Amino acid sequence: MVSLMKGWVGGIVLFASVLAASVQADVLRVDITSGVDTAEPVAVTSFVWRGDGEPPEDIAAIISANLKRSGRYRPLDPGDMPEQPSMDRTPDFSAWRQAGADNLVVGEVRGDNGRYDVRFRLFDVHRGEQLLGYSVPARGDRMRRAAHQVSDMIFERLSGEPGAFNTRLAYVQAERRNGRERFHLVVADSDGHDPRRIMSSSLPIMSPAWSPDAERLAYVSFENRRSEIFVQNVRSGERRSVSSRDGINGAPAFSPNGRYLAMALTTGEGGPDIHVLDLERDEFRRVTRSRAIDTEPAWFPDGNRLAFTSDRGGAPQIYSTRLDGSDVRRLTFDGNYNASPSISADGRYMSMIHRGERPGFRIAVQDLERRGLRVLGEGDNDESPSFAPNGTMIIYAARKGFRGTLAAVSTDGRVRQELATETDTIRDPAWSPRLDAVDRDAMN
Amino acid sequence: MVLMALAVAASLAACGTTQEVSEDDEWEEAREARDERERAEIEGLRDDEMSEFRELDDPDSPLADRIIYFDFDRYDVKSDYRDLVREHARYLRSRSGLTVRLEGHTDERGSREYNIGLGDRRAQAVKRMLVLNGVSEDQIRTVSYGEERPAVAESNEDAWAKNRRVELDYIR
Repeated sequence: MVSLMKGWVGGIVLFASVLAASVQADVLRVDITSGVDTAEPVAVTSFVWRGDGEPPEDIAAIISANLKRSGRYRPLDPGDMPEQPSMDRTPDFSAWRQAGADNLVVGEVRGDNGRYDVRFRLFDVHRGEQLLGYSVPARGDRMRRAAHQVSDMIFERLSGEPGAFNTRLAYVQAERRNGRERFHLVVADSDGHDPRRIMSSSLPIMSPAWSPDAERLAYVSFENRRSEIFVQNVRSGERRSVSSRDGINGAPAFSPNGRYLAMALTTGEGGPDIHVLDLERDEFRRVTRSRAIDTEPAWFPDGNRLAFTSDRGGAPQIYSTRLDGSDVRRLTFDGNYNASPSISADGRYMSMIHRGERPGFRIAVQDLERRGLRVLGEGDNDESPSFAPNGTMIIYAARKGFRGTLAAVSTDGRVRQELATETDTIRDPAWSPRLDAVDRDAMN
Repeated sequence: MVLMALAVAASLAACGTTQEVSEDDEWEEAREARDERERAEIEGLRDDEMSEFRELDDPDSPLADRIIYFDFDRYDVKSDYRDLVREHARYLRSRSGLTVRLEGHTDERGSREYNIGLGDRRAQAVKRMLVLNGVSEDQIRTVSYGEERPAVAESNEDAWAKNRRVELDYIR
């Protein structure tokens, strides 16, 4: 920690206001455009409020929306629910079976003086068994996070895979007002709620990338009329410039342990090469050496290899290399343009933008073990894919005419969402790692 | 620079949780103040060399053409632009204290970061031609905006052709 702090001294520039006081950005609307026929019916009953005054958040609504958005679960309409069960007694399982639910969530919120306790139980309706029971403490301003954490616990128990609800999205919003352009770096919850601008400029911002602890964002800003890479603390707003050399400073990517930042930098006359910056020692190491455009480094989970885009073979394709530049392998062979690699946290899948025989650029995913490439996108100019930390979804930038929206697709291609604001272009999405879970207590 | 940033931070901190518009305006004001200072610093130079810049500001001068367009996925300067580059090279040779910034751009198709690389190649290609025509490398800066700053905010062949370009921007 001490050495990490040292790295920040000297370059610290207080810049944007802290996240807590930052500017509310336009609301992001998330719509499911395609789900799964076999989505399992689940009943999330209203969380009973046991406190004074108004309940702070509708926890059940947040959980329902999350489960629905995953495309795998179909929350029951409150009008179809046979009873309002309580935490203290056994639900009427036969009534819930008749109502068509496979699983049932029952909960309550206790609280006073801004401190709350979200308590819930998850039941298998057919077996009449409790699958989960927890008490999750939360401050008043952390209620939505508590609801996302509960959603993750429910999703994980039901699907067998970790959830990705207690996460954030970073993206770039571009607005044009009276002929003047403004760019904003926005951070929102994974459900699009509470979008906040953490940096604004009249010149472009691009390529946000999360640190593995979800505390920092690296990004490219042209605010000084050249490309420059910054690392900004999301909470405090403190940031420092980590690379501003002549030419290209682009495509930052944090290593899985957070100590290194891979990036594309110009060296001499040729196109950019992949470099790795040691953030503790402020030392750069050059990884690739070619006259081609080498860019968009993406770490493999072991931290020993990088995937990257290069046109060394004539057209952009994705390659991988060790950090010392040795053992370069070409990874993509289908299509005449593959770029923007993103590797799933388990190292199994790589998403990318792909152009095959059909014109246009679409999101595709490649199974790195079995080599098969599958086109998932439906647009004609998709960009910037980013895996959810649990690998189940890929968020990317799509276009409607010239306007940019975000879209998400499940890695198996079955579930699709669209994320958009009312008017402005949004693009360059980056899905954060999971946020810290608060302590919780198991309940019988 | 640090002082300026601190001033901005202070002004942002002062406005606290006020609304978006005012915070944006404060930020804008700080930026304008800085731009103003930068302009002020080179004001003297402009007075001394007014006559030289007159040619640059003359809309009928060949120097008024400052955009070079490129074909799709290409970064070679087409022969149609040789005269344009030669004119600017002549001007830069005669004004050795003057710097030009070459801004490389692409259309919006494909990867954003790869397009930064492509825009850089276009800017480098124009730089090479200027240097071959006798301009000192010290007078040339390059920046690639890739697809981030389209000239025409539309999605069609015509707009794409206008967006694949290098702009010559004289820094004075």
